[in-house]
Amino acid sequence: MTRYVAQRVLSLIPVLLGVTLLVFLVMQLAPGDPAQIILGPKATETSLAQLRRELGLDQPLHIQYGRWLSRVVQGDWGRSIQLKREVLPFVLDRFRNSAYLMLLAMLLACAVGVPVGVWSAIRQYSLGDRLGMVTVVMGFSIPIFWLGIILQIVFGLQLGILPVSGLQSPGQTGVPDLLKHLILPALTLATGATALIARMTRSSMLEVIRQDYVRTARAKGLNERLTINRHALKNALIPIVTIIGLQVGYLLGGDILVELVFTYPGLGLAMVNGILARDFPLVQGAILLVASSYVLVNLLVDLAYAYLDPRIRYEQS
Amino acid sequence: MSSLKYAGDTPSSPVPAAAPFDALNYGRSPMQQARRRLAKDRLAMIGLIFLGLVAAISLLAPLLAPHDPIETNLSQRLVPPGTPGYLLGADDLGRDILSRLIWGGRISLLIGFSAVLVAMVAGVLIGLVAGYFGGRLDALIMRLVDVLMAFPALLLAITIVASLGPGLRNSMLAVSIVGIPFYVRIVRGSVLSLREQEFSHAARLTGATHLRILARHILPNSLAPLIIASTLDVGFFIMAAAGLSFLGLGAQPPTAEWGVMLSQGRQFIRNAPHLSIVPGMAIFLVVLALNLVGDGLRDALDPRLQE
Repeated sequence: MTRYVAQRVLSLIPVLLGVTLLVFLVMQLAPGDPAQIILGPKATETSLAQLRRELGLDQPLHIQYGRWLSRVVQGDWGRSIQLKREVLPFVLDRFRNSAYLMLLAMLLACAVGVPVGVWSAIRQYSLGDRLGMVTVVMGFSIPIFWLGIILQIVFGLQLGILPVSGLQSPGQTGVPDLLKHLILPALTLATGATALIARMTRSSMLEVIRQDYVRTARAKGLNERLTINRHALKNALIPIVTIIGLQVGYLLGGDILVELVFTYPGLGLAMVNGILARDFPLVQGAILLVASSYVLVNLLVDLAYAYLDPRIRYEQS
Repeated sequence: MSSLKYAGDTPSSPVPAAAPFDALNYGRSPMQQARRRLAKDRLAMIGLIFLGLVAAISLLAPLLAPHDPIETNLSQRLVPPGTPGYLLGADDLGRDILSRLIWGGRISLLIGFSAVLVAMVAGVLIGLVAGYFGGRLDALIMRLVDVLMAFPALLLAITIVASLGPGLRNSMLAVSIVGIPFYVRIVRGSVLSLREQEFSHAARLTGATHLRILARHILPNSLAPLIIASTLDVGFFIMAAAGLSFLGLGAQPPTAEWGVMLSQGRQFIRNAPHLSIVPGMAIFLVVLALNLVGDGLRDALDPRLQE
């Protein structure tokens, strides 16, 4: 296992380098001169040239990338043009808010998706199973930004029982208030992931239920509950871990839309505002943070997978 | 439902059973069999008919739309659905929502299908080359694919739009690029196994060129997963493009695009919720139909993939 872990961690380095290179290049391609954006339209040619030199913009691209990367590694992620403050502490702070939202959404998705999938699998082709699976397709076909608005209309405006925006009510700092604000965005964000987890759990369970050892368990007279819980579900969970891991990518993307709908002060909202305001240091930092955390989550999922299923690590090392 | 659909599906059979003799499908080509299976899938058929309807309405938009989609009429500002002449109501500038919806369907379908086409053609070409020739080129391509896939899909699209600048064309390009690595993976994977099959060796022995082997022997055999993925992707791309417009990064007002309509309507959810409900419902139904058809195609083209 140690060898496998080392291998996987090492294989991360080129991917992370690639991610930084892509983020760097993409922002280089962006139209507009950063010096002009920083100094505004009234800047003189000399002051522009001087700032370009200070920022290293007169250097060849690979040198600029090298300098930028070494600063990034040392924690200097530049200054936001719009907010006039350091990017790294700001994006980390905002990311924490996004993480609350995503964690709650993930918990909801697993807590609903896995049992629904198991229930559907052991009643394959029943009416409930069919209805469940149609609901699942609806669940991942629904545009989450629209679902969020519908929930706002129903729970916020019609019923008036839940707040429809922000992280906390003015003057409040407690956890109950935070949770109240998180319910609607988290529900919205969780819907698609729940549907996919339910679907994958079902097919994974169906696969396992057909195995010899499940037949053996039944044949030796074990009751159905134990057969399902102890023999089938445990093995079916292995591919489910991967699916749950994949949902993190979905959540990280969907989170941006949900934050905009609920004006939730997370990283996604900051990123979109940054793009519209052409605040490239901020956008660069936000994208870099989200992409690298996704890479790390994928690593953890792979490791969990190898831990749960020893065949994986033997095959690959 | 055909008997084939359930082959190997009973809990008692440990391995998928060989297809039993099927009098109905005897002598039919795999494609004909797939078409028959698809025709029996009621949900997929409903989806297909609905999509056909939406496509027809979109094509006939100039004839069907009662008003100009961007013509404002302040006297009809925010009129509710059911107002004479304004079946689905009007928005904050008095523009007819039904007309905007019909014209918006054009944009959404166009984005969905053309983005998939671009992503698929690019992905297939790259995947064929990587898988067939292997070696360093393959290694380089696959590292690039790894990097692109290290981004959550929507984030990558946003990153690309951030770089190219907001707009309908750039958002279309962005979702296409996001799709490419998936197709590269699908095609490369099937090429890797197909090129070692006996029919590929046989073709090589008869002196067929690389191009001929790829085009005549390998590509046709990797079509099934491509068709399935592309159908499901049309829905995903439509949703992603609408999402980008919703964020203000895709199509720009006053374009009649569903994401734009939703984003603008959101400001009026208190007194005119229909402005948000209608365009979102349209995206939902079209994506749902595409997913139902995609699922049906998957079951029809590859019965082994049956859940």
